[in-house]
Amino acid sequence: MSLAVALAVGVVFAVSLRLLLQGTLWHLLLGLALLSHGTHLLLFAAGGLVAGGPPLALEGALAPAAGAADPLPQALVLTAIVIAFAVLAFALVLGLGAGRDAKTDDIDAYGGDRG
Amino acid sequence: MGWIVLLVLATGLVAPLAIRRLGERAAPALAVVPAGVAAWAAAGQAAIARGEIPAWRTPWIPSLDVAWAFRVDGLANLLVLLVAGIGALVVLYAAAYLRGHAQLGRFFAFLFVFMAGMLGIAAADDVLLLFVFWELTTVSSFLLIGFDAHRQASRDAARQSLIVTVAGGLALLVGLLLLVDAAGTSSLSEILRSDVVRSHPHYPFILAGIAVGAFTKSAQWPFHFWLPGAMQAPTPVSAYLHSSTMVKAGVFLLARLSPVLGGTDAWQVTLVGVGGITMLLGAVMALGQDDLKRLLAGSTISVLGLLTMLLGLGTPIAARAFAVTLLAHALYKGTLFLVAGNVDKATGTRSLERLGGLRGAMPWTAGAAAVAALSMAGGPPLFGFLAKETAYEAALEAPHASWLVGTATVLTGVCLVFAALRVGLQPFYGAARPTERTPRDPAPAMRLGPVVLAGAGVLTGLLVGPAERLLVAPAASAILQQEAPTGLALWHGFTPILALSALTLALGAGLFRARDALLSRAPALAPLARMGPARAYTAGLDGLLRFAAWQTRTLQNGSLRRYLAITLGAALVTVLAALGRTPLDRAWNALALPSEGPALVGLALAATLLVVGGALLAARAATRLVAVASLGAVGFGVALFFLVYSAPDLALTQLVIEVLTVVLLLLVLPHLPRAKDGAPRSPGAARTGLALLGGLTMAALALVASAPPLAEPISDYFSAQSVPAAHGRNVVNVILVDFRALDTLGEITVLGVAALGILALLATHRRGEPAP
Repeated sequence: MSLAVALAVGVVFAVSLRLLLQGTLWHLLLGLALLSHGTHLLLFAAGGLVAGGPPLALEGALAPAAGAADPLPQALVLTAIVIAFAVLAFALVLGLGAGRDAKTDDIDAYGGDRG
Repeated sequence: MGWIVLLVLATGLVAPLAIRRLGERAAPALAVVPAGVAAWAAAGQAAIARGEIPAWRTPWIPSLDVAWAFRVDGLANLLVLLVAGIGALVVLYAAAYLRGHAQLGRFFAFLFVFMAGMLGIAAADDVLLLFVFWELTTVSSFLLIGFDAHRQASRDAARQSLIVTVAGGLALLVGLLLLVDAAGTSSLSEILRSDVVRSHPHYPFILAGIAVGAFTKSAQWPFHFWLPGAMQAPTPVSAYLHSSTMVKAGVFLLARLSPVLGGTDAWQVTLVGVGGITMLLGAVMALGQDDLKRLLAGSTISVLGLLTMLLGLGTPIAARAFAVTLLAHALYKGTLFLVAGNVDKATGTRSLERLGGLRGAMPWTAGAAAVAALSMAGGPPLFGFLAKETAYEAALEAPHASWLVGTATVLTGVCLVFAALRVGLQPFYGAARPTERTPRDPAPAMRLGPVVLAGAGVLTGLLVGPAERLLVAPAASAILQQEAPTGLALWHGFTPILALSALTLALGAGLFRARDALLSRAPALAPLARMGPARAYTAGLDGLLRFAAWQTRTLQNGSLRRYLAITLGAALVTVLAALGRTPLDRAWNALALPSEGPALVGLALAATLLVVGGALLAARAATRLVAVASLGAVGFGVALFFLVYSAPDLALTQLVIEVLTVVLLLLVLPHLPRAKDGAPRSPGAARTGLALLGGLTMAALALVASAPPLAEPISDYFSAQSVPAAHGRNVVNVILVDFRALDTLGEITVLGVAALGILALLATHRRGEPAP
């Protein structure tokens, strides 16, 4: 089923990149949110896709059963999810201010030569 | 020795505080440090001359085999003596010269940092350590040239010297690293003992790198042009850095490494060629100068060229001439620079045309100047006479083309006699000229330096026997790595060399008598000075600035969409390049993984549907509310993927975060600006193509990456130790809160910083200020 994950990653990335390049604030924020989804899936897939083997040590066992999923990529992705949320929240507030100042949702009208 | 370097460095740190407390009165106390170092070096000189070479070694970066190692042989100690001895005089001199200057403390800080770097260059026994000190002198030289930072000319000159010497420093680093690689050690004394470098295939690159580094530092053609500019520095700096010590670092390094690098054809051709050109060029530059300091700079370049040429010759007599000339030049050129400073202070001008007859008003300065000028001209019985005689001897005994080398050396000698007479006699004799101020000898501290240095030139000349045994022979032996021949004397009988010496003096004096006629033609030389490498430097710098402006206009034109497209394109090229080198069968391996069973396949398909459908819908949604809902669907799909593939913690986190994200978006939604005219803007075909390419690339990457791993996973330790060591059954959780707890702390910090940023932004919004 790697193909399904790859398909999902590809579609999410393509859509999010197109949104980012569209040049309006709303689509930029939407694209950013989608981009983190795509990235998390990609990282997760890179750790190897194992079905039915969570990295948990059962009662009485000293370690997860042989063939369990690799816990390290999961820990990394978990961190990434939380940080992506913080970044999105920050971007939203930045966008609020920029949009209010420029009174437009055209991102090319932001910043510019105002330094 | 390492402690001495650190002590001098510490003095530099203390100096600003001392100056702030005590003013210039702190200078004698500061000068005690270099004076003590000089005394220490002088006391050790006799033992070094007997061949007892002191060495110190402490590991510094053991993994790279770099050591905090010092070794003081005859050559090193000669430089230590000059740096510390002249340093002490210059400290005293500068305190008087810059009396009342607001930044005197900073000046001394730079000066002592430079001194520490110079002592380090002299004594370091590890080439990488030596390089660190080398760069220390480059930076402090930059700061000292630009000391009068309010003047544009000062800043330009400082920048020019920095760019030239740092570029050379990079070349030197490459050369030294190759040398370390070829010799198998970074220890200088071991490198000097090895005999593999000359036949190593990298030898040409080693030689080129080190030569470029040394040539830039020692102002050799075609890098010589920064030195006249460096005369923008306060005069004590010119006397110290740009005549007697720092510019010697380059030739010192060449001398240091000549046992391993020297003797080849490439070495001889490069050093004799470049040194000879520099020698003549500097002499000609000095001819037509009217400014005292620029004249001295020209003659300094000339002598540095001579030193390089002598090293290129590589004969025992040339090594002796090198040591004698190094010492003699430091003494007389230091004197003459300090004299120039005194004249400048006393009269307000350094223009030779406006100076004359100062002898009566400034007897001390005039006396020192006369002695030093005589030494520079090579007149007996001064040390400069010996320098010139041995240099002539070495040139005439050159292994190849001795007539050419000899003629060039004698010609240079004549020019230097002329320059010496102009700088040492012209301001002090003849009719007095009107000046802005009434000239008189300056404060005792400013007399001390020139008089002591000029006196040292007399002393070493008269006591030539001990001077050779203690100073010259040990240095020459260190260059040759064998016992150097002795036999330096003021009187050798009537030899051809003596005749040449007399001829040089006579010709130089003749030129000096005819100077008015000669100098009226000097402007004809001016265009020559404007051409050449200095011009290439200016053009290069202008071109660089123009290129930077063009690049900024093109790449950073203010359009965020363009930034995004460029960043994205660059990232895609990188990923595609990596993918292009991945064997195709990895993708097939991923596809051929065993299936998970019908129930899980169904769930995975449902997740795919949620993610793909949600993403497409979010992009095409008619209203923003629908888009937010679709984004939520994507998040739930991702969570479902996590669930299917054995990551319950991720699924849980993803669900919580997704809910929060949707809530946050809904809160912000009403406050975002509406689309300008209602019609959604299309990103255009090119950008859509870029986005599609990005999607395809990432899909391919996901496929290749999810194939069975190529190497053993590094997480076995975590899985094995989770229960026994950390008492946790959920390995992912244990990694986050125990094994990699610091990473989690970092993550929490990121969240905290983001929250603070959001708070600050919202506060400015509320106050109605424009967003930063």
